[in-house]
Amino acid sequence: MDGYIVGTIIKAILVLAIISALAGFGTYIERKILAFMQRRLGPMHVGPYGLLQLAADGIKLFTKEDFIPSGANKFIFMLAPVITAATAFIALAAVPLLPEFNLFGIEVRPIISDLNIGILFVLGMMAAGLYGPLLAGMSQRNKWGLLGSARTAIQFLSYEVVTGLSLLAPIMIVGSLSLIDFNNYQSGGITHWLIWQQPLAFILFIIAGFAETNRTPFDLLEHEAEIVAGYATEYSGMRWGMFFIGEYANMITIGFLAALIFFGGFNSWGFIPGGLAIILKVSFFFFLMLWVRASWPHIRPDQLMWLCWKVLMPLAVINVTLTGLWMMI
Amino acid sequence: METFAFYFLAISITILFTITVWSKNILNAMTALAAGMILISGLFFILRADFLGVVQLIVYVGAVMALYAFGMMFFDATGTVKEKNRPNFTVLLLGVLTAVLLVGIFTAPTLINGVPSFYPEMAGATNPQAVGLVLFTKYLVPFEVAAIMLLVAMIAGIILAGKKMDNSISRMSEEELKAQLEKDSK
Repeated sequence: MDGYIVGTIIKAILVLAIISALAGFGTYIERKILAFMQRRLGPMHVGPYGLLQLAADGIKLFTKEDFIPSGANKFIFMLAPVITAATAFIALAAVPLLPEFNLFGIEVRPIISDLNIGILFVLGMMAAGLYGPLLAGMSQRNKWGLLGSARTAIQFLSYEVVTGLSLLAPIMIVGSLSLIDFNNYQSGGITHWLIWQQPLAFILFIIAGFAETNRTPFDLLEHEAEIVAGYATEYSGMRWGMFFIGEYANMITIGFLAALIFFGGFNSWGFIPGGLAIILKVSFFFFLMLWVRASWPHIRPDQLMWLCWKVLMPLAVINVTLTGLWMMI
Repeated sequence: METFAFYFLAISITILFTITVWSKNILNAMTALAAGMILISGLFFILRADFLGVVQLIVYVGAVMALYAFGMMFFDATGTVKEKNRPNFTVLLLGVLTAVLLVGIFTAPTLINGVPSFYPEMAGATNPQAVGLVLFTKYLVPFEVAAIMLLVAMIAGIILAGKKMDNSISRMSEEELKAQLEKDSK
């Protein structure tokens, strides 16, 4: 029992350290890839190929003055970034990150807590993460912030239904809510991946996932051209940084969810071992998010609501109905 | 460990809901409400009802988010709300008595008999399966009645909100918008 507790604590610390480092590194990758797609160089001056830009940004974020606007609700203003960052990491607790492996004769399962309702827990925690932008915008007494949090509310109420309904069809096929069961269901190789059975569900899920992580084309919450920086207008320094660590951690979580549910998870893929396979898949989804950001303009809030309620939700309901009929016959 | 977790959650939830009731700042009140609702899911996790815990989390995160949207429209989020109602002793007395009565009604059977379990834990059934089995056997009629009630509410909601759903203001030309505004003002 004691070994279990110590092991869980070690896993939690490792996940926290590695994912937050990757989230920081993600900002560098994002700038490099966007620069490549727009025929620029991106960060080049600090270190070889601008690799130390990350350290420079870290120093800047940590040493910047941390101010709280005078009219703001101080406690909630300080709490909001913590909510975003914390829920992003709590959501990762129920995600199996790598296949099981042996370390010094001990069998290690790289999942912090194997809940039998893993998917719902991850989605619920990521949903709770949207309280960060909402509270940040409302507490700062700034009209751009308020507009940002109003957009958070409508974005949340739009995509949340689509996420749940799109995942319902794969859940019906597998008959379990545990992400490990999803992975084991697809262990028969590339033809057993759920994407071939549920292509529509995957497309709906990835669109809702973009809305969930505020990526372009759904980055309404802080769109610079319209509402300054939205919910993050009055934030500076590390508090601002925590919003972005949370956002990038959420991008990684969505990548893991897409890989586990639709793309065979951490089963070995031909000659590629399982651990490497899932890292490649998650990297691809991360790249996809940057690729879409470079290719598409963002849409208006009313277009997002129209898309979610009038197009995606009926499609998701039809998909669930057809899957049910197909399973009965 | 579980006892400690229970008391921690119970005390936090009570404090948070007290803030919800007493606070005059709409932002503090709603944030305390949301936090309390999320902590209640912790109680379900302690009872090993994982599925219900997550349902509590997802449902109330969304529901309180909708409440925030209304709060944003009607109140100044960073200011205090001036309340006109004076403390009313009769209402206070009735409220407290009702609360005590409800607690008494719900705890009395468990204090006398303990909690008999109508459907003992099924071996091998996971949490959602157990919920599903009970829901579609013993509680099928209440389940269907609740479904009909939700359908009625949904139809009523669509009728109330959907009167002018087809004409979108952001897609109208300037003339159409003026004509619409004149028509509305009459």
